[in-house]
Amino acid sequence: MELQTLTYIVVGITFVLYLGIAFWARAGSTKEFYVAGGGIHPVLNGMATGADWMSAASFIGMAGLIAFYGYGGSVFLMGWTGGYVLLALLLAPYLRKFGKFTVPEFIGDRFYSKTARIVAVICLIVASVTYVIGQMKGIGVAFSRFLQVPYEIGLLVGMTIVFFYSVMGGMKGITYTQIAQYVVLIFAYTIPAVFISLNLTGNPIPQLGLGSTLIGSETFLLDRLDQIVTELGWAEYSTQTRLSTTNMIAYTLSLMIGTAGLPHVIIRFFTVPKVKDARTSAGWALVFIAILYTTAPAVAAMARLNLINTMQPVGQENLAYEERPDWFKNWETTGLLKFEDKNGDGRIQYEADKTKNELVKVDRDIMVLANPEIAKLPNWVIALVAAGGLAAALSTAAGLLLAIASAISHDLLKGVLRPDITEKQELRASRIAMAGAIVFAGYLGFNPPDFAAGTVALAFGLAASSIFPALMMGIFSKKMNREGAIAGMIAGLSVTLFYVFQHKGIMFIASTSFLGDLPNNWFLGIEPNAFGAVGASVNFAVALVVYRMYGEAPKEVQDMVEHIRIPAGASQASDH
Amino acid sequence: MSKNNAYWSANVSLMIKLLVVWFAVSFGCGILLVDVLNNIQIGGYKLGFWFAQQGAIYTFVVLIFIYAKKMAALDIEYGVDE
Repeated sequence: MELQTLTYIVVGITFVLYLGIAFWARAGSTKEFYVAGGGIHPVLNGMATGADWMSAASFIGMAGLIAFYGYGGSVFLMGWTGGYVLLALLLAPYLRKFGKFTVPEFIGDRFYSKTARIVAVICLIVASVTYVIGQMKGIGVAFSRFLQVPYEIGLLVGMTIVFFYSVMGGMKGITYTQIAQYVVLIFAYTIPAVFISLNLTGNPIPQLGLGSTLIGSETFLLDRLDQIVTELGWAEYSTQTRLSTTNMIAYTLSLMIGTAGLPHVIIRFFTVPKVKDARTSAGWALVFIAILYTTAPAVAAMARLNLINTMQPVGQENLAYEERPDWFKNWETTGLLKFEDKNGDGRIQYEADKTKNELVKVDRDIMVLANPEIAKLPNWVIALVAAGGLAAALSTAAGLLLAIASAISHDLLKGVLRPDITEKQELRASRIAMAGAIVFAGYLGFNPPDFAAGTVALAFGLAASSIFPALMMGIFSKKMNREGAIAGMIAGLSVTLFYVFQHKGIMFIASTSFLGDLPNNWFLGIEPNAFGAVGASVNFAVALVVYRMYGEAPKEVQDMVEHIRIPAGASQASDH
Repeated sequence: MSKNNAYWSANVSLMIKLLVVWFAVSFGCGILLVDVLNNIQIGGYKLGFWFAQQGAIYTFVVLIFIYAKKMAALDIEYGVDE
């Protein structure tokens, strides 16, 4: 069957499935809307968290980045998984014990201050909206690519679908839909990897294939890759670093604490029945995430190898441009892959030397999507990858939108501005907020100010520098007072935003950057994407200094902290 | 209240031990010591590279389950389980 038709069918079936589940599990009450009624099994909750967590950046973007960064790409692998250890050990059980709905609610109660709650709402919205714009763009690109419609129409279709199942379903609907989305995306990611690993090394497990010898040869895959990339003038794959050791540490740390500070992930641990389950739930989430994350380095290395081998087969002449495969032509039309015959021989030279390299553009984001085609896998596998990429983007967008909606309706409206509204009104406000957030993020998605990977890393940096330290101090330092926490959050968020804006431009408009995106202007050589780690340190430091200027937290707050530290006496996740 | 305090310090000390491992496999073996470990080869993997792209992730998963298991035991030992 033709690829286009197959893609329609596979994507269509998965969508009917998601909408069906959302309808079947639609929320009946405010509680179900926010926390799925607290009755989700830890394994299923882990799976849903996995889908929530793995966005277009993980599915489509990451392996492509690693393919070109080599060892340097490890910052994403360690950073986006190591955060779960922090979540499970430092936050999840205590937030579950606290037993309320949202992150700002915890911060507001713990720091006995409406101001703290509002500051937390602002931090949450800044981080989540930044993240959701990236997802909207991913959804738009994926739809336009696979349905072959213009980008704007692709984005509209995506917005409509996100709107339906997140607004209708709430947390309960989203949770069940995300379980289905996890299954789709993990098959879509691993099946091509198994085929490719089998073709190259004879080992069906990609994690082992990456450490195996190539078929019909005594040479290890990674050694072969190191050899050919260095022969062509690039840095050695298995040892190339990302800028510097300091930068790699900051980048990894920033992504780790960002993971533990992103509200849509934290909110997940409010939905398990018991404190004990919050711990295991984080473990299961990481199991399901690790399946993709340990496959990704294999996908990356194999894609790089296949790409080079296609362009310049060993012992043969380079690929003639006239004989280029279909996938090459398809991606050329998107403008993400470009060829320029510099020496006029009609063949493709692909190497590091910019004056000779004729593959003048290979967008990193096309690698995962093009990978099965480069490896000549059957059409149904390619169609499955399309469905997987969409599942990843949609599930994350839905989770983020819910976090934004609950911050606005539950924390801002019910918590501060209009405490007297009924449950029904709150639910309606939350749906309106969600619709508003979709339209706002979609609008920015129509005019993307050159976002992509930087946006996602920035969202992590913002969460890392604002929310994580406040939560941690709230649990581990009984005496921390509201003044310290508020000053810390504001300082952390501001310093990170300021650093990013001064190098990347205000709201990412490059012409407004006043220091320029130049490595020699970077603080300690740390790139803006990795600055969340520094922002978090500033947050802690400022909080500790300000804390000393005011008295310690009141007795009843300290008692509350004592209370959340022990699992006994936890109630169902409840509303006041 | 002193029993709760004992429970809390047992929790914190377990947490610190596990976080030391968390740091060692990622920032330690995966970044700071990567060049040294890369001299050791396991199959086709250089060891430092393996830690950074595989080993650290497997260890993270194990750490969380160890924590969950030991904490469940502590909950019962100190009589604070649900």
